[in-house]
Amino acid sequence: METVADGNDVADVDDVFELAGEVLSSRLILGTGGVPSMTVLEEAIAASGTSMVTVALRRVVTGVPGSVLDVCDRAGVRVLPNTAGCFTAHDAVLTAKAARDAFETDWIKLEVIADDRTLLPDPVELLSAAEALVSDGFVVLPYTNDDPVVALRLAQAGCAAVMPLGAPIGSGMGIRNPYNLAIICEQAEVPVILDAGIGTASDAAIAMEIGCDAVLVASAVTRAERPAEMAEAMALAVRAGRLAAAAGRIPRRLYAQASTTMEGRPDL
Amino acid sequence: MPAKGVTRDMARAVDVVVVGAGVIGLALSWRAAEAGRSVVLCDPHPGEGASWAAAGMLAPVTEASVVEAPLTRLGLESARRWPAFAAALSEAAGGAEVGLREEGTLAVAFDSDDRRQLEQLLRVHHSLGLTSEWLPAADCRRLEPRLSPRIRGALRVAGDWQVDNRAVVRALLTAVSAAGVTQRRVSVRRLIGNGSRVDGVELADGTHLAAATVVLAAGAHSGTIEGLPAPARPPVRPVKGEILRLAGDPADPVLEHTVRASVEGRSVYVVPRRHGEVVVGASSQEAGFDTRVRAGAVEELLRAAVDLVPGLAELELVECRAGLRPGTPDNGPVLGRTPVAGLVLATGHYRNGMLLTPVTVDAIDEVLAGHDLPEVAAPFTLERFW
Repeated sequence: METVADGNDVADVDDVFELAGEVLSSRLILGTGGVPSMTVLEEAIAASGTSMVTVALRRVVTGVPGSVLDVCDRAGVRVLPNTAGCFTAHDAVLTAKAARDAFETDWIKLEVIADDRTLLPDPVELLSAAEALVSDGFVVLPYTNDDPVVALRLAQAGCAAVMPLGAPIGSGMGIRNPYNLAIICEQAEVPVILDAGIGTASDAAIAMEIGCDAVLVASAVTRAERPAEMAEAMALAVRAGRLAAAAGRIPRRLYAQASTTMEGRPDL
Repeated sequence: MPAKGVTRDMARAVDVVVVGAGVIGLALSWRAAEAGRSVVLCDPHPGEGASWAAAGMLAPVTEASVVEAPLTRLGLESARRWPAFAAALSEAAGGAEVGLREEGTLAVAFDSDDRRQLEQLLRVHHSLGLTSEWLPAADCRRLEPRLSPRIRGALRVAGDWQVDNRAVVRALLTAVSAAGVTQRRVSVRRLIGNGSRVDGVELADGTHLAAATVVLAAGAHSGTIEGLPAPARPPVRPVKGEILRLAGDPADPVLEHTVRASVEGRSVYVVPRRHGEVVVGASSQEAGFDTRVRAGAVEELLRAAVDLVPGLAELELVECRAGLRPGTPDNGPVLGRTPVAGLVLATGHYRNGMLLTPVTVDAIDEVLAGHDLPEVAAPFTLERFW
């Protein structure tokens, strides 16, 4: 006798987000760069429902009351240090090690930037730094281009996730190459977290519909006129996108198909 | 009863001890003394902290934010009081000029991305009822011919002025002496009290000073004074700012307006003094009590400033300095009484110490006279953080 499976390989929307063996309660990760004040950051964290916030090691010091770290601590969110501002693998590895000491975590969001005009990742330096950090026991979450080949190589190097950009950092241009992003998601054996380029809520929803496991948003929230409202919008969008991805969208058609059939209408 | 460890100094209590002689502490000491109070002002290095590093911009409009409307209101009110404050200060300091300039500010867009960012600021100004207007690039360069031909235009903000912060500090030092304020060039080791009230301070040289009221105006250090009872501790943190000073020719000024800009995403301002000095600022970094100047900060500021005003490259670079802004969680100051009797706060002015000096002085004057904070300052009590 035949059995019928649940047919639910995307799982339901309240599924948990597992990253490097840890369960995160939200699929939205917040960045703190550009935040106008600590009060606004605190409100944005609360409105976003996030459970993880990324901070640049080079932009914070530990042990100063009232810092970003204090705000994260009070909000009960995990702090993910990043290597923002590094241009070489060498600097990124050193910064990651300093972050491990300062934050007492071996998780690192790895950023190795090619130049300060585009802030695009340097894939050669990035892969080199990722290999070094993986072999040193780090949980490496690399910020990468929307290049499926580089993303695959990073995953093969042992990164715990890949974090492709939708568009350059702070540009708010959305997802410029959804086909590449779809390929990255389709071939990935590690979680895919969209990082950079989100401008407004629909961008986050599209990332989730394409198949990303989570979305990282920084400037789109911190530089919005009303950051807390935008943070809430992002949370709803991530949930909507995840739900839509699981719900199974209809195929695209060239011609119309009436939602109400023509049969049975009164002949007036 | 006086606290244990009291020396005979405690016997003669003064009306007010002010902790910290930055622009806020100096100005409120001057006002308190003019009002007939006996005042002792304590600071090992009067006027040499953030007040000396600052650029002196009075910029409530270009700093406006929709999520900080009460702070914008406070800043606008203080800017309105600056001309009278400057005139009174000049008079009290024997005619010393404080360099108030009312030419206004140009917020310049360097490229099309910067322009879109300014269009957002223009929308904010409209929504808050503030006055600014978009000027095309050619008009900007008619006003300021040394702006780069590459600029895309600017917001002209007539209401954002400047003072020469160092002239203000010097005038205040003269004014407090003339008004009879006793200055002690010693740091405050701790506050003396019993946890629910403060009776005075102990200085680093062991002297005890008794006071009816202690006003804490120690800028970025305000949260770290020993003996400060927890319920009265202002949530102030140091936010490092690196700032440069160039020497120009007063006979051939580089600019008339304050020019601030986003240059390819890098924020910079250029503040021209009448005596030729040009101030270029400022970085912003959460780095604790570190006041070292990073090479990269100097490079970024100069690159942005020279992109904006190419002629700046020819001036002499005379100073690179870092100051510590007293940051608070919502960027607003902390003013007025605390749950601890005898302790008043006048701190946390963050990026706007110069701007907020007149309104702060007026507010603390009311508090010392036994009244409540004036309405415009009322949102800035310590209570808002509880």
